Amino acid sequence: MTVTSCNIQKPNLGEVIEKYKEFPGSLLDLLHEVQEIDGYLSRDVMQQIAEGLGISESKVYGVATFYSLFKTAPTGQFIIRICESAPCHIRGAQEVLEAIEETLGIKPGETTLDGKFTLEFTSCLGLCGVAPAIMINDQVYGNLTSDRVKEVLLNF
Amino acid sequence: MTIYRSHVLVCGGTPCVLKGARTLKDLLLKEIERYQLSDEIRVVETGCLGPCDDGPVLIVYPEGAMYSKLKPTDILKIVEHHLLKGRIVEELVFRERKSSAGALQGSAVPLEQEKYLSLQKRVVLRNCGRINPDSIDEYIANNGYLALGQAVTTLTSDQVVKIVADSKLQGRGGAGFPTGLKWSFTAKTTSDQKYIICNADEGEPGTFKDRLIMEGDPHGIIEGMAIAGYAVGASQGIIYIRGEYGLSIERMKNAIKQATDYGLLGKKILGTEFNFEIDVRSGAGAYVCGEETALIESLEGNRGEPRVKPPFPGIAGLWGKPTIVNNVETLANIAPIILNGPEWFRSIGTENCPGTKVFTMLGDINNQGLVEVPMGITLREIVYEVGGGIPGGRGFKMAQTGGTSGGCLPSEFLDMPMDYDTLSKVGSALGSGAMLIIDDTHCIVDVLKSFMKFFCHESCGKCTPCREGTTRLYEIVLALSEGTATDTEIQLLKELSGAMQLSALCGLGQSAPNSLLTCLNFFADEFQAHLNGQCPSGICKNLTIESEAV
Repeated sequence: MTVTSCNIQKPNLGEVIEKYKEFPGSLLDLLHEVQEIDGYLSRDVMQQIAEGLGISESKVYGVATFYSLFKTAPTGQFIIRICESAPCHIRGAQEVLEAIEETLGIKPGETTLDGKFTLEFTSCLGLCGVAPAIMINDQVYGNLTSDRVKEVLLNF
Repeated sequence: MTIYRSHVLVCGGTPCVLKGARTLKDLLLKEIERYQLSDEIRVVETGCLGPCDDGPVLIVYPEGAMYSKLKPTDILKIVEHHLLKGRIVEELVFRERKSSAGALQGSAVPLEQEKYLSLQKRVVLRNCGRINPDSIDEYIANNGYLALGQAVTTLTSDQVVKIVADSKLQGRGGAGFPTGLKWSFTAKTTSDQKYIICNADEGEPGTFKDRLIMEGDPHGIIEGMAIAGYAVGASQGIIYIRGEYGLSIERMKNAIKQATDYGLLGKKILGTEFNFEIDVRSGAGAYVCGEETALIESLEGNRGEPRVKPPFPGIAGLWGKPTIVNNVETLANIAPIILNGPEWFRSIGTENCPGTKVFTMLGDINNQGLVEVPMGITLREIVYEVGGGIPGGRGFKMAQTGGTSGGCLPSEFLDMPMDYDTLSKVGSALGSGAMLIIDDTHCIVDVLKSFMKFFCHESCGKCTPCREGTTRLYEIVLALSEGTATDTEIQLLKELSGAMQLSALCGLGQSAPNSLLTCLNFFADEFQAHLNGQCPSGICKNLTIESEAV
């Protein structure tokens, strides 16, 4: 998300496009990998992908906006995904959500001013055995209470 | 080869890892080393052992003692008393819990007699928690790949299809379509390329069986896919795993590599003319991709929007080629069916729905986690025997079967057998096997709000009945919870639900109203109370708690 990362991003982007170019149907894999570069898919990046693969920009944008793991705008360094599905809901997800909102001062869909955290809802994470659960980037946390989630956030 | 006197199996399923299983395993290894027992005791990290709520869990063999809810100090005790001195640490042994007291049962019953385990029948989970999922040798030692060997060397493709058809195995992803029939359609087609897709895009809220099967026994799925490939004449398999399941993706990739190194995948498998390869692909967060044609769209690099059927994927699927899409659990059933025969499989479960079902028990239930039981077990047995009852001895209000797209059943259905046929007759579904138990402290409208919000968010937007319908359903339920709904709106809910069931393009929109309709049917009083501005459970904030007289 800084100027320097933009500079090193371009050659990488080309390599990724080159890698997947010959494989039909690999757009999702390509987008996953490209998103690793600077955390989201900018309009400029999507245009380059479309050009590289010889497909329309609207197709790339359509796919990027369909799946919740793809981002088309910058996000915080850490994305907190909170599960609000029924199994988490009845085990107190609302309380956990309120604790996160209170600690970070943001609502779902928002990013903290320092660019550290983005909070969003997710569908079921398949962690119902330890509900309520959240994911922070790739890391999963379960059996949360309002106190425990505050502790978890302190470690970031 | 070293012969160990004891094996310690540490559960490495995601729920236990979250509760610190890895740290405990390191401590265990350190303690074993300290007592110089490393040559006598082997520690194995396995897949899920089942009682997720009681994690972290480990089992010591040959005694078969399962220890639960472990803390670091418990590990010290287990090593010193059990592993060194040979005495089982009774106070740490897993006990089923009684609903009335919500407390641990004190008497020492042998582990296999605990109801939680004795009612289970493990076919799909045969290796989960018993072998190291990262070791193909351990899988082979438990008759792994024997069924594949038998199929490709002694059976014709048609014979394999017939065995699966005779077993009456039904798809375990939710719809319950007969697997043998599905295979027979594709087997009959001629094409230069056919595909076997394993649907591991598990997203039904409350379902985590596929995650734990993949984490616990990845080779069982690979073997099932290869047999399916042989049966229908496909040489390419794809496992589509949801992007959020990191450990599953890792385990499956590792297992595919091992099977390829051993010549069990690749060209000329076991010296025959049969070729089969498997790729792992991952999703990017879309519930609708669990629908088979949406999944295929996603694999082709498109938005995951369902296709109009027919043609069905069995005739024209991925890249227009004949494609079998089977759920993880369905495929994990294949090898045991080939090895033991269709009669054996039909001897388990009920006449019309044979075999076992993996259920995930969650919500207000003591033993949250994964169980595998014969089809046709009653709801009461699941809740009060396998599940250990409801915490704090509270009352049973309802169970939602089959995940968020299933229906809700009140207590008069406790003695109903759980199988595909029976549940669909009462407007519910066995679906993915998620059993969400809800106790009498919850409000129906509040719970429905969460269900409806989910569909509203996950509708892909392609067809109008689902895109508009899910949003309107949510709005009306929200109005009910805020006390602003009227009688007309209840009528509207019913009409809209009926229209969606009939006209939505795929299973998402068709099943979205299931929970709502069953609740309107079985909990009419509670809806009426909300129309009168009262929430009997005191959950909906804007409403008053109903007085006892009403």
